[in-house]
Amino acid sequence: MHLEDLQRITEEHHAAEAGLKHVLYVCSGTACQSSRSDEVVKALQAELKARGLEATCEVRQGGCQGLCARGPMAALDQGKVVYQHLTPEDAPTVVETLDSQPPDHLQLPSTMPFFTRQVRIATQIAGLLDPNELNSYIAAGGYQALLDALSNKTSNEVLQEIVRSNLRGRGGAGYPTGLKWSTVAKAPQTPKYVVVNGDEGDPGAFMDRSLMEDYPFRVLEGMTLAAYAVGASYGYIYVRAEYPLAVKRLQSAIKQAQKQNLLGSNIAGTTFSFNVEIRLGAGAFVCGEETALIASIEGGRGTPRPRPPYPAESGLWGKPTLINNVETMANIVPIIQNGGEWFAEIGTEKSKGTKVFALSGRINNTGLIEVPMGITLREIIFEIGGGIPDGKRFKAVQTGGPSGGCIPEQYLDMPVDYESLASIGSIMGSGGMIVMDETSCMVDVAKYFMEFSMAESCGKCVPCRVGTAQMYDLLCKISEGRATLDDLVLLESLCDMVKHTSLCGLGQAAPNPVVSTLRYFRDEYLAHITEKRCAAGVCQIKHEPLEVHS
Amino acid sequence: MSRVVTLKINGQDVSGREDESILDVARENGIEIPTLCQLDGLSNVGACRLCLVEIVGVSRLLPACVTRVAEGMEVNTESERLLRYRRMIVEMLFSEGNHVCPVCISNGHCELQDTAIALQINHIGMPYRFPVRQVDASHARYGLDPNRCILCTRCVRVCDEIEGAHTWDIMGRGIASQLVTDLATPWGESETCTSCGKCVQICPTGALFIKGKSVGEMTKRPDFLPYLAMMRNRKNGS
Amino acid sequence: MTKKKIATIWMDGCSGCHMSFLDIDHRLLDIADLIELVHSPLVDHKDFPPDVDVTLVEGAVSSNEDLEKILKVRARTKILVSMGDCAVNANVPAMRNRFTPKALNEAIYLAPNMAQPQIPHGTVPTLLPQVRPVHAVVKVDVYVPGCPPSNDTLFYVLSELIHGRMPDLSDKTRFGA
Ligand SMILES: Cc1cc2nc3c(=O)[nH]c(=O)nc-3n(C[C@H](O)[C@H](O)[C@H](O)COP(=O)(O)O)c2cc1C
Ligand code: SF4
Ligand code: FES
Repeated sequence: MHLEDLQRITEEHHAAEAGLKHVLYVCSGTACQSSRSDEVVKALQAELKARGLEATCEVRQGGCQGLCARGPMAALDQGKVVYQHLTPEDAPTVVETLDSQPPDHLQLPSTMPFFTRQVRIATQIAGLLDPNELNSYIAAGGYQALLDALSNKTSNEVLQEIVRSNLRGRGGAGYPTGLKWSTVAKAPQTPKYVVVNGDEGDPGAFMDRSLMEDYPFRVLEGMTLAAYAVGASYGYIYVRAEYPLAVKRLQSAIKQAQKQNLLGSNIAGTTFSFNVEIRLGAGAFVCGEETALIASIEGGRGTPRPRPPYPAESGLWGKPTLINNVETMANIVPIIQNGGEWFAEIGTEKSKGTKVFALSGRINNTGLIEVPMGITLREIIFEIGGGIPDGKRFKAVQTGGPSGGCIPEQYLDMPVDYESLASIGSIMGSGGMIVMDETSCMVDVAKYFMEFSMAESCGKCVPCRVGTAQMYDLLCKISEGRATLDDLVLLESLCDMVKHTSLCGLGQAAPNPVVSTLRYFRDEYLAHITEKRCAAGVCQIKHEPLEVHS
Repeated sequence: MSRVVTLKINGQDVSGREDESILDVARENGIEIPTLCQLDGLSNVGACRLCLVEIVGVSRLLPACVTRVAEGMEVNTESERLLRYRRMIVEMLFSEGNHVCPVCISNGHCELQDTAIALQINHIGMPYRFPVRQVDASHARYGLDPNRCILCTRCVRVCDEIEGAHTWDIMGRGIASQLVTDLATPWGESETCTSCGKCVQICPTGALFIKGKSVGEMTKRPDFLPYLAMMRNRKNGS
Repeated sequence: MTKKKIATIWMDGCSGCHMSFLDIDHRLLDIADLIELVHSPLVDHKDFPPDVDVTLVEGAVSSNEDLEKILKVRARTKILVSMGDCAVNANVPAMRNRFTPKALNEAIYLAPNMAQPQIPHGTVPTLLPQVRPVHAVVKVDVYVPGCPPSNDTLFYVLSELIHGRMPDLSDKTRFGA
């Protein structure tokens, strides 16, 4: 396939589309499928047929519209109308009102801040194309960036574009992507590998799943550009097996791309060859850590190893390996298309571009959003997120999952970027954002995350293996009203020690939820310990003290 | 040939080859750094975290067993903080298993016990977890008492890297990790075990033992290992 | 100089530490003028007296009786010494922690070879769910590991404490010594 072919496919696609009066994309992501979006598509198609409209109106499988809790969702004619809570029974009403206004309960005002306040780069038009069709992706501008780069840019030019964009890794740590690419590009050994990290283990996070489901070609194209830039010849996409739809879509995308010579040997007739394989993870959180992920791909037990050497120097089978997160990869194509400077204009001084977040917890609009870096937490939670339901009071927002922290009200006007979030004891993380109101007990929240880290610790290093268990036990004791102030002292020294001595990021970050809740909600801990009281009424206080410390 | 570099450990000027670890160079110069998972002749996993040291200009603590020396490096192995962390690590190991020294065959010849003594640990400050663990006495000559296992994985590595049998491995994860033979079948029924006994000799505690020994009678002899590893490397031409 | 009030108590342990203590032997006479042994399994006072300067505790906390005893002792003692591995780390007594008290009682009192299989009620102390070291229950001031600590070690500890010094045990004893 060559640039001219892309042109032709696009034109054909638009010509075909021009003959259509309406195109309705019904979300076929995991969340909407679980609320029967498949049946909705069938019912709508049947309804069109019954009315003889199938020649002028089409219903297709599309991607995520963001408000997953209101699914199945759908978008009509490039998002002119956004539907919510569709059922197969609504099909006649929807078809009837295609040219007019659908009833209020079925649609969402497109002026909702939820839609207007978002800036979509990684998820650009994810909801408005058929994720199963290569041509649908091409017609939306797909593969222009790759084919243009292959024929008109050197690999270093591609790399420099990423460097200029100041893109930082979206997998959690925010490492400069351009710098990582340069390191791999400079590494003398060959072959080199590109690995896309789609393990996504944070509880409540589903940004990467959504990108892989809705935008498989975007991830593939980004990955291929990365391979071109760093000189890699083989790639792996590591996806957790709990994401069957993402796996299916990626597999189909790889097949289609191979068929069109957009992957494989001598891509688009150039000397550049690159192939991709999917590897399934068994769902261990630690396998998202890059060295554990490498061990897992190599067929070993998924446990991290000490770094350095970093994968960029010695990764898969000891060879230089570029590992990037799915969302990082989804940002590559727009950067190459629009230039690094364009990207670097969005966001804050040190954090450029946008970030996808999965909003959940006590918030009106739960779902997936993409916002520019530097937006405040208040804007995210109260404008885009629509605030707290049932007239309750906001208490804290948790970012970064088990590796992150809880942010209290006083920091709601803080701009969201890597440095600011770190400065208040949390992290950007991969994009989980859990909102809590006054019905949440912060000791209980810390306990929940510690239980997660304890269960997901790989057990290789002592501080994390034993420390998370000890901290979890202490948190149980505190939440049950059985703890003493000595226990709190021990908990704090464990936090410090586990953070500084653990082998990998899991252990190093496991104390964060405790440290941040202790920092902002210490009085809640003290109330459990000294007054045997849980103000939120969440914890089960046990009144027979087993421990009798003086 | 690797270059020779000079560096400072605890203020003392020392030199080492570029491919040596901080631990190697420290030992050559009589500077003690506690270790448990490291054993000369086996690959290093950096898992016990006892050998963590401070390096000037590096914000993280790094394990001396896997960190290479470099020109101009300034290493500190003895700060107040490192000692505190090391004590906590050893206390964690005691709290994790069921270590009943007076009735252990390795009493008095145990690396865990020795490390505790060296770090002046006289009690365990964190709650004991008292796990329930089953002894495996199915092997004709050897036994495994997982109550005394600290999951250093030396046995796993010696069996895999030196004996080539890979009978041992770890099952489960986190605090539920446990040592298993084959696919968690009894040791005595293992089809891969060659009964060579290397694992028993390099186990730092009394977890792996020779049957028929009584309290305090089991002394381990891990010294064969560097020799075997050296011979193997020589055979492989490196 | 007023005599230091010394006490010893015995909880879940084998009495080996007390034997080792007795092995101090004639040296006890050397310090006899400085101490008054106010309570001990060896002296058999009924109730634990108040205002004790030093109490040496043998054994782990295993039953409700141990628990009551150690709470009272702690409240009435200035310097509490965990004497021996059972007090310091629960040691051999803790090997029963893998069983529930119910299972233990049944295994012992309802064993087939018992003349009158019957679980006693009220006549023996009730077992706590887990045996634990002394410092898991009350604050401990001095730890003397060892199974048992040697008579030399115990003598050293005692002499230091009665002279108002904190013993440094780093090269004198260890777990399992
Ligand atoms: C415990 C742990 C879990 C992780 N899980 C993920 C994950 O699910 N997805 C991901 O992209 N990165 C994850 N990471 C970060 C990766 O190690 C790695 O930094 C990242 O994939 C690099 O990509 P980026 O530079 O594009 O962010 C995890 C790290 C740790 C320590
Ligand atoms: S920090 Fe935890 S997850 Fe990471 S290597 Fe250590 S035990 Fe494994
Ligand atoms: S000896 Fe270095 S981590 Fe264990």
